[in-house]
Amino acid sequence: MEQSRRRFLKVAGIAAIGLGAAPAINFAASDSHGPGAAAKVKNEAALHAERWGMVIDIKKIDDTLARKISMACHLHHNVPDFTHEVDTQLYPKTRPVNHKQEIKWIWKEKFHYAFPDKEDEFLNEKFHHLPFMVLCNHCKNAPCVQACPTQATFSREDGIVMMDYHRCIGCRFCMAACPYGSRSFNFRDPRPFIDETHPDFPTRSKGVVEKCNFCAERLAKGEQPHCVEASEGAIVVGDLEDPESDVRKLLKEHYTIRRKQSLGTEPSVYYIV
Amino acid sequence: MTKNMIMGGLAVFVLAVLSPFWFNMVTTTQAAPEPELLGPAKQAKKCVLDTYDMRTSHMSLLDEWRDAVVRDADRIYVAANGHAFNMSLSTGENSCLGCHEDKAKFCDACHTYTSVDPYCWDCHTNPKEIE
Repeated sequence: MEQSRRRFLKVAGIAAIGLGAAPAINFAASDSHGPGAAAKVKNEAALHAERWGMVIDIKKIDDTLARKISMACHLHHNVPDFTHEVDTQLYPKTRPVNHKQEIKWIWKEKFHYAFPDKEDEFLNEKFHHLPFMVLCNHCKNAPCVQACPTQATFSREDGIVMMDYHRCIGCRFCMAACPYGSRSFNFRDPRPFIDETHPDFPTRSKGVVEKCNFCAERLAKGEQPHCVEASEGAIVVGDLEDPESDVRKLLKEHYTIRRKQSLGTEPSVYYIV
Repeated sequence: MTKNMIMGGLAVFVLAVLSPFWFNMVTTTQAAPEPELLGPAKQAKKCVLDTYDMRTSHMSLLDEWRDAVVRDADRIYVAANGHAFNMSLSTGENSCLGCHEDKAKFCDACHTYTSVDPYCWDCHTNPKEIE
């Protein structure tokens, strides 16, 4: 075969293309199978809603029940209790906590704090004593979601305002934005102040904000939120967008109020008074 | 400069440059921990990923799982081999630690060896460690 410079360059060029293409083809081929076939799905028993909402019948709640509801929630979500006596052997350097650093997800509030715009000089006397259970309102137009610079707080498709604690940088813009004071900041490691750590839910770490998550972890298993289970029928959750749902039926039958409605955040927690 | 000085300087240079190797030859090094399957994981015979993929990319898998659970509310992972797993570090039998029960061997041994310090357990709890 006659060898020429021209012929040699041609063959060398084709060989170079061939060598270069092999890894590219292999790469493309390996992407099309393997882990790509795996899927992430929801539990079959999971409860669904277009937009989750809650109705709290305040008339059915007394002080004991209010405490029981808070306890049920805080216990299962490993919310620290700063009155808890610290185990000094396990956590030797723990200092006592300022009461302003309290962490809470659902708690009892006085009417004039929960509904400052509905305060009145001649308000029905009973309102001053009723235990209003307040928690994150899971607003439709949540100001905390807009304030969060890292999208650690976000509105889920089903209306739950969720937090991704992994992403929270602790800037506390959300706390400033929330008109309901529903958010608490971990000024310190909460673990020394948790009496019994519940294995079904993580604790938080120092430097993140936390709040009610509408028991998303329980809805995913098809179970009702802890507060609903503890409330003996005083708290009901359901789909606000479904006219046949339990919450919509309650809303149809009773006069309800929401917290600071005039701000336009569209809270999803309703109170029967 | 004489030839001897150059050769001597070169010898010192080579010795100095290769000093980490000399250091490692005189000190004893720890052998890399060998991952082993224990308890339920040994009997289960169903894996989330192939061993190789798991070793190289378990961190990105966990990252994907976290986003799926927190953001999309998808909590079940159906692996390529058809088995379903609970996308959770520690809750329930079908989670990571539910099957690989010994956290010290399953997580910590390699992480300590490679000086990796993930902060998973600052918040997540090992059910075995809760008294």
